[in-house]
Amino acid sequence: MKPKGRTFQRMAPVALFIVLLAAIPGRAAGELTIAAAADLQFAMRALIQGFERQSGVQVRLVAGSSGNLATEIEHGAPFDLFFSADVQHPEQLVRDGAAEPGTLVRYALGRLVVYVPADSPLDFDRRGLAALENTAVRKIAIANPRFAPYGAAAAAALRHAGLYGKLQSRLVLGEDVSQATQFVVSGNAQAALTSLALMLAPGAKPPGRYWLVPPEDYPPLDQAAVIVKRSGQKQLARAFLAYLETAEARSIFRRYGFAPPEKTP
Amino acid sequence: MNWQALMLTLRLSLVTASALLLIALPIACWIAYSPRRWKFLAQAATALPLVMPPTVLGFYVLVAFGSSSPLGRLYQDWTGHTLAFTFEGLVVGSILYSMPFAVQPLVTSFLAIDPKLIQASRVLGASRLATFFRVVLPLSISGLVTAIALTFAHTFGEFGVVLMVGGDIPGLTRTISIDVFDKVEAGNYAAANTTSLVLLAVSFVILALVYAWNRRAWPRMPWA
Repeated sequence: MKPKGRTFQRMAPVALFIVLLAAIPGRAAGELTIAAAADLQFAMRALIQGFERQSGVQVRLVAGSSGNLATEIEHGAPFDLFFSADVQHPEQLVRDGAAEPGTLVRYALGRLVVYVPADSPLDFDRRGLAALENTAVRKIAIANPRFAPYGAAAAAALRHAGLYGKLQSRLVLGEDVSQATQFVVSGNAQAALTSLALMLAPGAKPPGRYWLVPPEDYPPLDQAAVIVKRSGQKQLARAFLAYLETAEARSIFRRYGFAPPEKTP
Repeated sequence: MNWQALMLTLRLSLVTASALLLIALPIACWIAYSPRRWKFLAQAATALPLVMPPTVLGFYVLVAFGSSSPLGRLYQDWTGHTLAFTFEGLVVGSILYSMPFAVQPLVTSFLAIDPKLIQASRVLGASRLATFFRVVLPLSISGLVTAIALTFAHTFGEFGVVLMVGGDIPGLTRTISIDVFDKVEAGNYAAANTTSLVLLAVSFVILALVYAWNRRAWPRMPWA
């Protein structure tokens, strides 16, 4: 008689194989993965909640700098929708054939703020950005202007105020606006040029105060979204973009400090 | 090619490797020879960075030395700035991050020494310190070289900690790995590729030199 253990031994590799197969994450039918610029992370969570309630579709969110996410998409990251903090990155993806042509929409206009800890002596209302010249400000955090749109806007605003050369040695670069903000929260930088959206997030408001940089001091932070070419969920992605046009979504955007998009000519 | 970043990274690796050697020698010695039973706790603590993600380490360096912590305020009063965004900050982060790579090889080589040699040295009247420098250390050269090489290499390729606490300042905290990251994010693949190739070549040459030098310590195998 064949001992029972043998059968098990022979079946073990098969069983192991099946177990490993089960470990491969499957993609449910109604699931959407959204890559969003760091300034959007809180607003996007609220939008996703609204969309999930309405459609019953599961949405996953990946946040990062627009440049980083665009690079990942170029290399086949499994995202369905890309929300950038500028228009250039989505346009570039369309040109490179990584995004679906004709799906690019401008969804909001971002605002740049200076964020300082509560005990900061800086008086922006009187001096504007020049208040940053104060020697109590040893480090000013901005997002990396080379690939983060808010970083580019921050550099533009400092240049506009004639401060860039003077303050350059005090600049530290975060990977995105979140990290720039966090440098101030953790007490390592004394000011940050960041996104208004991160200042308004309910439940995640950083301690301290902020000042709105006048919008005419930097090129408008027009933000665009686009559907990723290799997405297998283009219908759902379109449904999400359509949801953004609803009054509910508009009010969420407003609540998180985003103005309606500038009308494309 | 960003030579400034390369030189900065070499400097960071050199400073970290030398500082870590001075710190790791007594720690490894204590772990290897102490009769205390709870020394396994120290061993576990020094091995922690092997398991912890560099982001956790970077996060703690940021918070522990930020101006909202007592330690951070003390450091700030003393130096006038926080530890983050400075070269010293990177050195502190790298020392913590590479600690196991210095301690483990040293402990292993200390324990491989025949205890009779150490006993003989003590019986013949040599002090503990003299025994360490004249018996233990010469017999641990290969462990020493491995420790230096590993910490150097580990720091050279470090990314997570630097990304968390560096602030990407050219010439000060923009190391070569961050430079490559920046270039890839900005979509400048050609420049990223050049830097990466130089990095690859430099790393290989350094490691090859170390292993070539260390070869003399290898015993001749009976079957060779």
